[in-house]
Amino acid sequence: MAAVTPLLETSVLSRSFGGLRAVDAVNFSLESGEIRAIIGPNGAGKTTFVSLVCGRIPPTSGAIRFAGEDITMLPAHRRVRRGIAYTFQITSVYANLTAFDNVALAVQRRLLDEPQEKASRPALAAATMDALERLGLAERADTIAGTLSYGHQRLLEVAMGLALKPRLLILDEPTQGLSDGEIDNFIGLVRDMARDSTVLLIEHNMPVVMALAGRITVFDAGRILAEGAPEVIRADPAVQQAYLGTAAT
Amino acid sequence: MTGEAGAVAATRKPRHRRAAAGSRMTAGRAVALHAGVIALLFVLQFVLPAYHHGVLARVMVLAVFAMGYNLLFGYAGLLSLGHAMFFAAGLYGAGLSVYHLGWSVPAAFAGGILAGLVLSTLIGLLALRTTGVAFMIVTMMFAQVFYLTTLYFNVWTGGDQGIVVPQPLRSVTAFGGTLDLTDPATRYFAALGLFTLVLAAMLALVRSPHGRVLVAIRENEQRTTMLGYDTFANKLAAVAVSGAVCAAAGAAYALLFGYVGSSFASVQYSILPLLWVLLGGAATTLGPLVGTLFMYYLIDISNDLLAAWAPGWNFSSLGIVGIALILLILFFPKGLLGTVRERWLTWLP
Repeated sequence: MAAVTPLLETSVLSRSFGGLRAVDAVNFSLESGEIRAIIGPNGAGKTTFVSLVCGRIPPTSGAIRFAGEDITMLPAHRRVRRGIAYTFQITSVYANLTAFDNVALAVQRRLLDEPQEKASRPALAAATMDALERLGLAERADTIAGTLSYGHQRLLEVAMGLALKPRLLILDEPTQGLSDGEIDNFIGLVRDMARDSTVLLIEHNMPVVMALAGRITVFDAGRILAEGAPEVIRADPAVQQAYLGTAAT
Repeated sequence: MTGEAGAVAATRKPRHRRAAAGSRMTAGRAVALHAGVIALLFVLQFVLPAYHHGVLARVMVLAVFAMGYNLLFGYAGLLSLGHAMFFAAGLYGAGLSVYHLGWSVPAAFAGGILAGLVLSTLIGLLALRTTGVAFMIVTMMFAQVFYLTTLYFNVWTGGDQGIVVPQPLRSVTAFGGTLDLTDPATRYFAALGLFTLVLAAMLALVRSPHGRVLVAIRENEQRTTMLGYDTFANKLAAVAVSGAVCAAAGAAYALLFGYVGSSFASVQYSILPLLWVLLGGAATTLGPLVGTLFMYYLIDISNDLLAAWAPGWNFSSLGIVGIALILLILFFPKGLLGTVRERWLTWLP
C-alpha cells in the first residue's frame, strides 16, 4: 500500500437497525483509480455500507473520510457535489421525464458548480447527449424514461451517475436485469469510466466481478470477511463457506 | 440491442440536433403564446360590457393567487391546504396598513407581500419537516390558526364582517397625477399589470434550472438528492415564493376591491386555488388563469340557469357545478390545459 491518502476510508463504521448490526465496525479503504468489487451473500450489509458512504442513511457510529476530509456528518447532496455518485440498486429514474431530461438534471448540477462553463443550454445539451451516447441511449433521448425497457432504465441510471463526472462512482448491482449482450457492453463501459473515476461496484454476477475488479472485498454478516485480488478471493475457503453455507449444527 | 436501436433511429429524427435547436424553438412559441394572451386581455378591456369587465379584473387577481399555488402544487408537487393564509396575509397586510396606519398604496402593497413572504418562510421551515398527507394537515392547521386569529382580533380586522377600505385611501398619487384604483379602467389595468408581471416571472422560473429542479423533486425526491441537489432548500424557496405571490394577489385584492374580511382566510380559500389549478391544468403556466375563469363563469352561469328555469325552488347552483366538474375530470383528467398539452401541444410550458 502506498503512503498516499486513500480516496475513501471508513473507520469502525457501524449501523444498526434495532438489534441487527447491518454494518459492524467496518474499516475499509479504497485507493484512487481502483475498480473495487464488493460481494457477499444476501443481507451481508453491502447496500447498507455504500448507503452510509453516500449519505443516504446516517451511521450509528464510526467515521467516513473522503479525499482526506471527514464527511461523516455531511448531508448526501453535499457528498454528491464533492464527487460521490450513487446508482440505485432498485432503478430510480424520473419515470415521467424523457431520458434526455433525466440526464440533463445530472449535467445541470455539475455545470452549476463550474462558473466558467455556465449552464448554457447548448453546453447542457451537448454534455447530456455525450453521456447518453456513451451508454448507447442517444436514439432514445426523447423517450419517456418509464417506457424504456428495464435494461435501458438501468443504463440510464448509470448515464446519470456518469454525467456527474464523479471521483467515486458507486454502482449497486448495475447488471441486474441486463441481457448477456448488454452485460458485455457494460463491462467495456465500466473500464472506460474507470479512467476518470474510481469505481465501487456491488455485484452478484461473478464473471462481471472477475472481469472488472482489481480487488474484491467480501462482506458477511456486516463485517469484512476477506479482501484481496480476485484469484485470492476465489480460492479463500472462508469465502466459499460464506457463499455455500455452513454445515448444519 | 444495436439492431433494434438502428431500426428505431431510422424511423425517428435524430434528437441530437433537435435538443438544442428545439428548446429555442419551443421557447419562442411559448413566449409568443403568453404575449398573445396578455394582448388579448388588454384588448378585451375596451370591448367587454361593464359586468364582464369587472369580472375579468377580479379573475386576473385571483389567477395570480392560483399561479402562486400552482408553483408549489403543480411544479414542486407539494399539496398545501393552507394557502388561504398567504392570500389573507397579503390582504390584511395591505388592507390594515392602509386603513389603520394610513400607509400609501405602494407601501401597503409592498407590506402585504412582505407579510406573506415572512409568513410563508416560517410556515415552510416548520411544515416541510413533513411530507404528503401530513404536509396537507399541517398547512391546513396553520391556516386555521391564522383564520381564528383574524376573528380574535376583530377590533382591528372587523372579524367576519370585515372592513371596507374607503375610496380616498385607494388612490395613488404619483408624477403629479392621481390614480383612483376604484375606477374600473384603472383597476383593470392594475390587475392586468400584476397578472402580466407574475405570468412572465412564472414562465421564466419554470424554464430556469431552478424550475427544472422543482419538477425533479416532484417526480423523484430521493433521486434528486442523489444528484446533488439540496431538496429542502429548493422546497423552502418554492414555499416562500409561492406564499409571496399569493400575498401579492391578496394585497392587490384589498387595494383594488376594497374589502378585507376573514372569509378570505377560511378553509374555502385554501381549497379554491387547488380547484382552479386542477381545472386549468397543474404545472401549466396558463392553467391557473383558465381554471379561475372557468370556475367563475361556471358558478355564474349555473346561478343564471337556476334563476331562469327553476325560480323559487331555492336550489343551490353547486349541483350544476358538481356535474360540470365530474364531466370535466372524465374528459380532461389532467385539467383543461394539462390534457391539451398531453394530447396535442406537447411544447406548452
